[in-house]
Amino acid sequence: MLEVRGLTKSYGALRASDGIDFDVRQGETHAVIGPNGAGKTTFISQLAGDLRPDAGRIVFAGEDVTELRAPRRARKGLARSFQITSVYHEFSALDNVALAVQARLGHSFRFWRDARRDAALREPARRLLDEVGLGARSEVLAASMSHGEHRQLEVAMALALEPRLLLLDEPMAGMGAEESQRMIGFLGTLKARYSIVLVEHDMDAVFRLADRVSVLVYGRVIATGAPEAIRANAEVRAAYLGEES
Amino acid sequence: MTRGALFWIVVAIVLAALPPLAGALGQPFYIDLVRRMMILAIAATSLNLILGYGGMVSFGHAAYLGLGAYAVGILGFYGVTSGWAQWPVAIGACALVAAAIGAVSIRTSGIYFIMITLAFTQMLYYLGISLEVYGGDDGMRLKSRSTFSGLIDLGNAVSFYYVCLALMLAAIYLTYRIVNSRFGMVLRAARSNEARSRAIGFSPYRYRLTAFVIAGAMCGLAGALYANHTNYITPGLASWVQSGDLMFMVILGGMASTAGPLLGAFALLIAEEILKGWTEHWQVILGPLLVLSVIFFKRGLAGIFRA
Amino acid sequence: MTWGLVFEQLLNGLQYGVMLFLMAAGLTLVLGIMNLVNLAHGSLYMIGAYLAVAGMQATGSYAAGVALGFAGTLLVGMAMELVALRPLYGRDHLDQVLVTFGLILFFNELIAIIWGRGSLYTSLPSWLQGHVELFTGSRYPVYRLVVLAVGLAVAVLLWYVVTRTRLGMLIRAGASNRTMVAALGINIRLLYTVVFGFGAALAGLAGLMAGPIYAVQPGMGELILIQVFVVIVIGGIGSIRGALVGAIIVGVVDTLGRAFLRPLLATVISAPAAEAAGPALASMLIYLLMAVVLSVKPAGLFQSR
Repeated sequence: MLEVRGLTKSYGALRASDGIDFDVRQGETHAVIGPNGAGKTTFISQLAGDLRPDAGRIVFAGEDVTELRAPRRARKGLARSFQITSVYHEFSALDNVALAVQARLGHSFRFWRDARRDAALREPARRLLDEVGLGARSEVLAASMSHGEHRQLEVAMALALEPRLLLLDEPMAGMGAEESQRMIGFLGTLKARYSIVLVEHDMDAVFRLADRVSVLVYGRVIATGAPEAIRANAEVRAAYLGEES
Repeated sequence: MTRGALFWIVVAIVLAALPPLAGALGQPFYIDLVRRMMILAIAATSLNLILGYGGMVSFGHAAYLGLGAYAVGILGFYGVTSGWAQWPVAIGACALVAAAIGAVSIRTSGIYFIMITLAFTQMLYYLGISLEVYGGDDGMRLKSRSTFSGLIDLGNAVSFYYVCLALMLAAIYLTYRIVNSRFGMVLRAARSNEARSRAIGFSPYRYRLTAFVIAGAMCGLAGALYANHTNYITPGLASWVQSGDLMFMVILGGMASTAGPLLGAFALLIAEEILKGWTEHWQVILGPLLVLSVIFFKRGLAGIFRA
Repeated sequence: MTWGLVFEQLLNGLQYGVMLFLMAAGLTLVLGIMNLVNLAHGSLYMIGAYLAVAGMQATGSYAAGVALGFAGTLLVGMAMELVALRPLYGRDHLDQVLVTFGLILFFNELIAIIWGRGSLYTSLPSWLQGHVELFTGSRYPVYRLVVLAVGLAVAVLLWYVVTRTRLGMLIRAGASNRTMVAALGINIRLLYTVVFGFGAALAGLAGLMAGPIYAVQPGMGELILIQVFVVIVIGGIGSIRGALVGAIIVGVVDTLGRAFLRPLLATVISAPAAEAAGPALASMLIYLLMAVVLSVKPAGLFQSR
């Protein structure tokens, strides 16, 4: 589904991404972990199309998308959620998701009909809100929602694109224990339907959800493998997990 | 009936009743004054589309006021006085120029965008000054008002007033439909959160450019009306002072609201009229007033009416 | 059209260019470091011109006029920053545009109240009057050469401050990453005030030097300000080098265009057509140039970030 070869990005003397090789098979959930400063955000931004790599290739569903920028990648089925919540604060939850639905459906150069009365947008949006558990909050302004609800909203918007690949950038960030459990449960239901790149710090989530794990340290992938193998890997323990326990 | 609809019905009735009222009181001056306010309200409405809803701080919007006016003036200069020809040309020319300026400017953002739109407006202003044949710095007289095959006589102050009222209400309604349509939602989304919009697959550029062209065209109509109103066209109409005035109308009235431009235009022009009555140096008072209103009163008048 | 004439116009262009540079340097720093759009920068230019004239008329001394123009503008600038601009830091550009626009209206009218709306007459001391003979044989005003020299001297001085002093290092750091500088514990308020004062003083200098050459009247600041914007857009926000390069380009292109476009056009199209089109095109020249630069380098020639 996704193949990354030799991805490199430097900021002056700093190599944020140092020749990263990475791939995601169809239907797989591939987690990316690493200490802060490892370059995870830079990596995700390059996958999403917000940053141009200095070198390397990104191939998505057989197509070289390295030169394409974020909007076009999104239209090809690469959906992302943001690490720091990024929703439309002045719109309601339903409006937020309806916009994502509209983005997928196209036909946005319509100037007369009221978009808020457009069933083709509202119905799918309502269903998605129900799916992530925000069904009762559809008319609430995003600005009035809790942090956890924002994370759910982000996922709903990503799903609205009917993506082939989900890039989830720390979906559990800032969530309490109970909320995290619910989110993990929900992400578990997504596993069956989508290929997922999951960047996370929450080790519980990673080990429960991931089929494979890659460890990113100082811009390089130092290990890739099944969760158990990674947990046992001495180099990884020293560089990362060792600091945690 | 919603509060919004009620508001607009009251507005329409009050404005429609003004000419007979002014006539009865023997004060025809007010017909002229309110007519000017309505024409500038159209210009402010067009700016609100890109500034209030689109978040594009275009400091060059008065260019289209000037361009629309000159379209009427120049065609009249060559003997084409039919409004059927003049007004579409005014609108079309503004759309084209807006497309050209927008194509270059909208690739930039932030400070660059402000300065660039300002620079292009100034360019048109200098162009206007340098064209001596059309009066240059002094401007040109309009030989006759736009004719419409005898259907409407713009020479009649009251008829012209109602034409402006109708066009203003139409412009406001059109803008209302646009901002609530699919297109309008994307425009507003791009303003609200550009990164998020790109992440779901929208390329803001094409929507912004389209809105920019629509706004320019609408303002061109206002320009055509303005030329007929004053019977005299000067390059000053495209000056950045005029652009600043338009921006203030949008802000004072309340950005991203339907009634904002109307309220703002009326408020600013009424304030100007009152201040002019006190002193010829009214700008020395208006300047600080505007400064204070921005610093302390950002929500705008529409926030009070919730229209 | 002789070579002597061309060279003379070239000098005019350079002289205009350095004046643009004086304005642009301050403004680009304020934009880059403080992220502040200050439309009232042109008002400082105007105030510099008026204070200089007032000083000269009151005391009869040119030096006194210059001193008043320079110091007065610096003081007005700092007052402006303190009173009207401090509330604007961190607010969006729209607010800044509107507030500084209100300031322009205020200052233009204030000047008109005190000195009237007409142009003021400025006189030069005898040692600045007169002409020199250029190597081309034509005569060129001494004053314009002095302006050119002063402008270049300021450019060198700025280069020295920005590249060789600690303050300059802070300025460059601030232009490329404002938040970082604040996070490092530098007194950002003080830096802002210093930078703004710098800019105001330079604008005042440009204004007082402009008096004898260009018209001194209300609104003179806005005429040059927009060309300063073009300079900054071409040069890149936050870059002094960009301001210098941009200013020279704009100054020379504009001056040469106004002088020679009509005669040049007349060689290819009819004289009456050139008479109409020449000045029109010449006035649009620098804006077209700006559009061309932007299409290739959307953030200007020298980006500081």
